Formats: sequence, C-alpha cells, structure tokens
Amino acid sequence: MKTHLLSRTTLAIAAFGCMAHAIAGDIKIGVAEALSGGAAQYGFSIRNGFTLAAEEINAAGGINGDKIVLVVEDEQGKKEEAINAFKKLIFQDKVLMLFGPTLSNSAQAADPIAQSSKIVVFGTSNTADGITSIGNFVFRNSVTEADVLPVTIRTAVKNAKIKKVAVFYGNDDVFTKSGYDNFKKAIEDQKLPVTTTETFAKGDVDFKAQLTKIKATNPDAVVLSALIAEGAPIMVQARQLGLNVPFIGGNGMNSVKVFDLAKGSSDNLWVGSPWSLQNRAKENNQFIIAFTQKFKSPPDQFAAQAYDALHIASEALRKVKLSGDLAKDRAALRDALPAVKISGATGAFSFRQVTDKSGAPAGYDAQQTPIVSVTKGANFEIVK
Amino acid sequence: MLEQQLFNALSLGCVYALFALGFTLVFGVLGVVNLSHGAVFMVGAYAALMAINQLQMPLWGALLAGCLFSGITGLLIDVLVLRPLRARNVPHLIPMIATIGLGIAINNLTQGLFGAENQRFPAGLLPQDPLTILGLHVTELELGIILLSFVLMTLLLLALKKTQLGRALRAIAESPRAARLLGINVEGLFMVTSFSAAAMGGLAGVLIGLYSNALFPLMGQPVLHKGIAVIILGGMGDIRGAMLAGLFLGFAEVLSVAYIGSTMRDAVAFGLLFLVLLVRPKGLFGSLKERKV
Repeated sequence: MKTHLLSRTTLAIAAFGCMAHAIAGDIKIGVAEALSGGAAQYGFSIRNGFTLAAEEINAAGGINGDKIVLVVEDEQGKKEEAINAFKKLIFQDKVLMLFGPTLSNSAQAADPIAQSSKIVVFGTSNTADGITSIGNFVFRNSVTEADVLPVTIRTAVKNAKIKKVAVFYGNDDVFTKSGYDNFKKAIEDQKLPVTTTETFAKGDVDFKAQLTKIKATNPDAVVLSALIAEGAPIMVQARQLGLNVPFIGGNGMNSVKVFDLAKGSSDNLWVGSPWSLQNRAKENNQFIIAFTQKFKSPPDQFAAQAYDALHIASEALRKVKLSGDLAKDRAALRDALPAVKISGATGAFSFRQVTDKSGAPAGYDAQQTPIVSVTKGANFEIVK
Repeated sequence: MLEQQLFNALSLGCVYALFALGFTLVFGVLGVVNLSHGAVFMVGAYAALMAINQLQMPLWGALLAGCLFSGITGLLIDVLVLRPLRARNVPHLIPMIATIGLGIAINNLTQGLFGAENQRFPAGLLPQDPLTILGLHVTELELGIILLSFVLMTLLLLALKKTQLGRALRAIAESPRAARLLGINVEGLFMVTSFSAAAMGGLAGVLIGLYSNALFPLMGQPVLHKGIAVIILGGMGDIRGAMLAGLFLGFAEVLSVAYIGSTMRDAVAFGLLFLVLLVRPKGLFGSLKERKV
C-alpha cells in the first residue's frame, strides 16, 4: 500500500513539479484518469492536455494570482478504482473540483459520489447517454454521437448532392447498433429517403451480398455504422463491386487506420468529429504547436478536449471569489460554470443543460459544432 | 443483380469449403473435432504476413510459409497433446476440450505478440481492381479461391481413393486398431494427416486474410463456427460433403440476404441447415461408418 501511495505521489510530482510546494492560495483541482490498464492510452492523452493547459494558465499569472495545482489519481479504467480515486480527492485532498474519469462506465459509477458531495465533476471523454442526467454538478465537454451524426449527414448531403441513402450497420455490437439508432433518427429528421437497410455481423469477411443489393437500389451514399475492422473491408469490397458512392461513417470509422486497412479504396468517406488535427484555426494551431513541442508527438482528440476543459473551468474560476470555505467555494464554482463560453482547440464552446429521467433539470452537455471531414488520399480534409 | 449474387455465393461458399476441407480431414482420420483449427488458420495468416513484412518474401513464398507454419503447429498439437491423450485411451470428448484450450492459448499468444488491433497484407500484393467478366465484378483473388478449393478437393479425393496412403487412411478411419493389426503405421499417418490438414487451414487463413484485409488474433473464431456447421452438414469427415456443404452455406447466406433481408441471414441459413439435418441426420454424405461420435 505504501509503495502504491508513493507511486501516485511521484506521478503527481513528476507531472506537476509544483505539487510538493502547494501553498495556501493555490487552487487544487482533482484529476482522476486511467493511467494504467487498457484505457491508459486515452488517460495519458487526457493528462497531457490538462498539464499543458495548467502550465499555460499559471505562466499567464494563474487565476487572479492563484496558481492551479492538479492532483492526479490513476483510476485504472475501473469502476471501483474511480470511486476510490474520487473519494480520496474529495475528502482527503479536498480539491475544489474534479476532472474525469476516463470511461463512461466509470463515470456512471463514480459521478454520483461527486453529485452527493456537492462538488463539480467534469468529464472530458464520457460520451455515453445519461451521464449528465446524474445531477446538476455533472458537466462534460465531450461531444456524443447523437450530436455529431446529424451534422455529418447534413454536411455530406449538402456538399455531395445526396438525395437518398442506403444504410448498412453491424447489428450484433452495442456501439455500432447505437450508432445506427442515432443515424436513423437523423435521417428521419432530415426526411432523407432510405433505399434499403442492411446488416452484417462481427467477424464477417464477405460483405458482397449486402453491397450488391445496396448497389441495385441505386443510393447516392451509404450510411455506415461499423468499427474499422469491418468498415475498411466493406469500403474495399464496395469499390470492387463498382459501388463508388460516398460513405458516411460514425465515430467507429473516424480513424487514420482507414488509410491503411482500406488502402486504395478509402476516398470519399465522410466523418464528423469534435476536433481535427487539420483544423488550422488560431486557438487550435497554438494548441497543436505547444503540445507537440512539450510532448514530442502530436495531440489527439482526447488531449484537445482535456486542454479545453481546464480552460473552461479556469474561466469560471475567474468569476468566483474564493472564500476559503470549501463547501461554499465548490457551490460557487458550480453556479459559475454553466455560463462559460470560450473558443478553444475544439472551437466555440458553451454548455447546454439536460434533464434527468423525470424531466427535471440536471447536468450540462457540450453545445458545439462538430468538424466534418472527408477522406482524400491519406488525409481527412475538413469540409466547411 | 442475380448473376452477381450467384457469383458472390460461389466465392463465399468456396471460402467456407476451403476452411472446412482440413477441418473435416482431421475428423475423418483422427476422429477428433479439432476446435483449435480456427487458431491454426489464424497462425497461417500471421506467418504469411511476417514472411512478407519481415523477410520480404513474394506472395507465393508467403503462401508456402503460411502452410508450413500452420502445418507444424498442427503437427505439434497432435504430437504434444492429442497423442498422449490417445495413449491413455481417454473418452472422446476430452481431446475436443483440449483443443478448445489450445485454441484460446494460441489466440492469446498471438495477441500478446502482435496486439489485438487489425493488420493487413500490404496493398498492391494482388491487383485490387476488379475484372469485369460478362458484366460481373470479380477479383483475381476470388477466382483463385474458387479454383484452389476445387483443386484441393479433387486432389484430396484422388489421394484418398487411388493411393496406398489413402487406402491406409481409409483403413484407419474404419478402425485404428484393425489398421494397426494390419501393419499400418497409424501414429505416422496421424502425423501426416495433422500436418496436411493444418497446412490447408493455414492456406485458407492466408487467402481469407487477403480477401478480408483484416488480420486479428480472433479472426479464426467466426470461420470456425461456420466450419463446424459445414462439416456437420457435409457428413463428418467427408471431403465431398465439406465442399458441397460449404457451397450450400454460401448460397443460403447470400440468397437470403438478396431475397429475404440481411437481418434474417443467419436465421435462414442455419434454419435450412437444420431442415437438411432433419431429413438426413448423418449429413449430405454421411457414408462413413458411425464412429465414436
């Protein structure tokens, strides 16, 4: 146990050299992310995004003179560990607010603790439905598929002159099925005729039967809810059958792996995303340069969302007069957060209040316009 | 559209048959449902990928490497696992359970070595642009798979019917004990069979890996499940049966997608399979004497 604690502290010190010198007047913010286990690849990106933002804010004079100090905990991508990390940060470290956890599953388990302790919990990577319905202390700036897919379709329809679409999805996977549900709703809302709806199963190697049928219905585009494992072969086989229309993909297709796995057939795939490395807007450009300089590798979506999240929180902090009474300050921060509007790495941002199951007002989701890109050669090109 | 779907069905059927040929051969001779055949299939694909990426081998060399590596894996499975079990005369379910464990171990080992994410053969290894023949879109790979599965079936049939080796194998299939009494080197032939069946599995792995462009540690499992259905439908251990049943499943799947709907694909295909087995419980070619199963 001792070494465990030690390693956590070392981690925090390593990441934020100033931690050991925390003094009164510093603003302690808890970060609970998966820094080991399967979700660690996301957790590290997220932590790096926070680190960069904290350094920038502190270098520019902090929050009205007070420095931001991040207290980092590894929640291992597990529900139980996320709960432990939250409890430690809230009751032992007495942080002002919490960021994390990395996975939606953990958020479902741990966020209620923050809610009942009346402390803001801010997710940067939780996209599942219902997270922010937990209560009015729950915030996130991660954009869900339900927000992204309608915009992807609308942009593709407008730019590629699409009048009718065929739908193709994996019906034995929770993620691709939920992507299909969101697509279906967006297609109905936009009154787009559907020529046919076809399905495949995980592990299929041959999609030509469905694709031949789709081709015969003459759609202007194929809406595809698939993971890259099946999605890439689907694109290759579609082109082999002479089905050369655009593909409109969900989050599962939003991966640079498509250029490798569907090499030669990866053009004309439309995807939406909250952030893009190709977006050269001023704020994003600065972020990309600073991040690449500090961490020697380009950022990803997770780093960008974490980076923005801390800037959002610091905007709210500037408006709060800290009294030193922890409960009062935590509540004041909550009240200041919903009004924050910034323009960050992921573009213009504001909050939108959601309701819980009974319809009462609850937490806050991101109100943001996703970036739609289309593949060409080996790049995602942004479509305006 | 119908012509294209019939061709799709033929090529998908041959994919299934290609996998099932080796699978059914092991059962026919050794009397073991070898559930590690899916892992052996995957190993072949990865070995070929390594041969191309690390050793810069041409495609034919990679095919050979895939066959060889899978063949040796199959041989080791027989020598290290199945033979000791045979020697102890264990009940017939035990070897099958052992091969489930082996399959899991091999899959996990591959995942540990290469990671769980998808890989593919380098683009440009095969011409990707389809040919248009009589208005059909076909690829050279599909033609290759169709041709190879028929050639392999014919070779296997001829080998079993016309050669001394084949006669010995058929004698073992009748009764290993009687074959031993006749002076046939039963253990030696078990090794030959394990090697060749696994090598065929490896060949299928490389070809299907080329076809789907998706290599991952669990790629053998869905094919294995279809393979089990195919060899049961064909008549356990029968070569012609495996070929015909593979084609049957391919046509059933593609035509149900074409005329009923893709959500009903597996229900229709496996429903038909069930109906056939109701009429012919031993499968299409259940000519083999009922064995331990």
